[in-house]
Amino acid sequence: MCIAIPGKVVEVDGMRARVDYSGNQVTVNTGLVEPKVGQYVLVHAGCAIEVMEKDKAEELIELFADIEELGA
Amino acid sequence: MNEQLARIVSYLKDYDGPEIRLMEVCGTHTAAIFKGAIRSLISPKIHLISGPGCPVCVTPAAFIDKCVEYAHMDGHVLYSFGDMLKVPGTAGSLSDHKGQGAHVEVVYSPFEVLEKAAAQPEVTHVVAAVGFETTAPIYGLMIREMQEKDIHNVRLVTAIKTILPALTWICDSQPEIDGFICPGHVCVIIGSDPFLPLAEKYKKPFVVAGFEPEHLLVTIYDLVCQIEAGEHNVGNHYKNAVHAAGNRKALDVLEEYYEPGAAVWRGLGSIPDSGLYISEKYQEYDGGSFGLDQDIELPPACRCADVITGRINPADCPMFASGSCTPTSPYGPCMVSAEGACGIWYRNR
Repeated sequence: MCIAIPGKVVEVDGMRARVDYSGNQVTVNTGLVEPKVGQYVLVHAGCAIEVMEKDKAEELIELFADIEELGA
Repeated sequence: MNEQLARIVSYLKDYDGPEIRLMEVCGTHTAAIFKGAIRSLISPKIHLISGPGCPVCVTPAAFIDKCVEYAHMDGHVLYSFGDMLKVPGTAGSLSDHKGQGAHVEVVYSPFEVLEKAAAQPEVTHVVAAVGFETTAPIYGLMIREMQEKDIHNVRLVTAIKTILPALTWICDSQPEIDGFICPGHVCVIIGSDPFLPLAEKYKKPFVVAGFEPEHLLVTIYDLVCQIEAGEHNVGNHYKNAVHAAGNRKALDVLEEYYEPGAAVWRGLGSIPDSGLYISEKYQEYDGGSFGLDQDIELPPACRCADVITGRINPADCPMFASGSCTPTSPYGPCMVSAEGACGIWYRNR
């Protein structure tokens, strides 16, 4: 039900954006976000619910930096 | 495997302290835990328990019956997400009725319905609007767009629930749960801040996880460390998508288009202010969502209520263990829904 998948914004047009999932493109509603072309957005049920600030590699680096603070 | 991750896994695998019970409140997490083989990487003394995070599983049959009613009406079409189709109402599922000629169509996105409504103005298009805070803003955006485009032939029958009241209920009735893995995509909308009062009141840690194995392992490690140290902080290991204050635009949409009200959760009962109903101002778009509380009697041996509340895992249900309840011939809703714990456990056994 709460499945959401990140895709890359290739075009923005008013309240809609074209998002690319490894070659498959869909049109999504952007009423909840302000994406720029080239950014990744998290898409749920045809709607972008958040812009992903970092790419996956950077995200993992941050994740493990958090864990350093926890003392691992 | 990254060295830090290896150390975390080693710690979790070797954990030999008191039994720890962690609840994850999201069907997508239940599935991600299997996909990442997380249980095989951690000590058997760390128990991961599914909670009421499947909106379809906790929705009473009266909602399905209302949708079925619309599907049989002349000049109406009922639109639903795929996983709602096979959920039983009092007299069959939407899928059963579709087979009998009722007007039921599956959509991936509610916005598809707006296109159809514009193209078929003589038909009333009714949406089975189920979900948690992740999906609720999307229906709100639908209403906004209908107002802008002067569309008046769409109705929403809502079964929208909010997760915090259910978590409060769980904390009150299941004190043996030591910590919580917070639902990643609900938290994209609401943020991690709303869990602060819960952590403070019940003295338990609440940590948001993403859906990759790394997110889950780091989160479980965080929770275990906190429990061992007697801490009860709110953490966030999905910072790429979850901000502490949530998505402001989405929260504004919820504020504008909805009002909270009591909702019935199968297995938990009626919980005040745990449902979202279309607000008075936009009532013309509501298809009769209040009071859809009546539920079917679950078959006597069905333990869905205990699975939903985290008292047992699916494998402990006699219907599951004996093979009497399977995805192709389900007994209870936890097996029917794609996000139900039993369906997920069965597909990964």
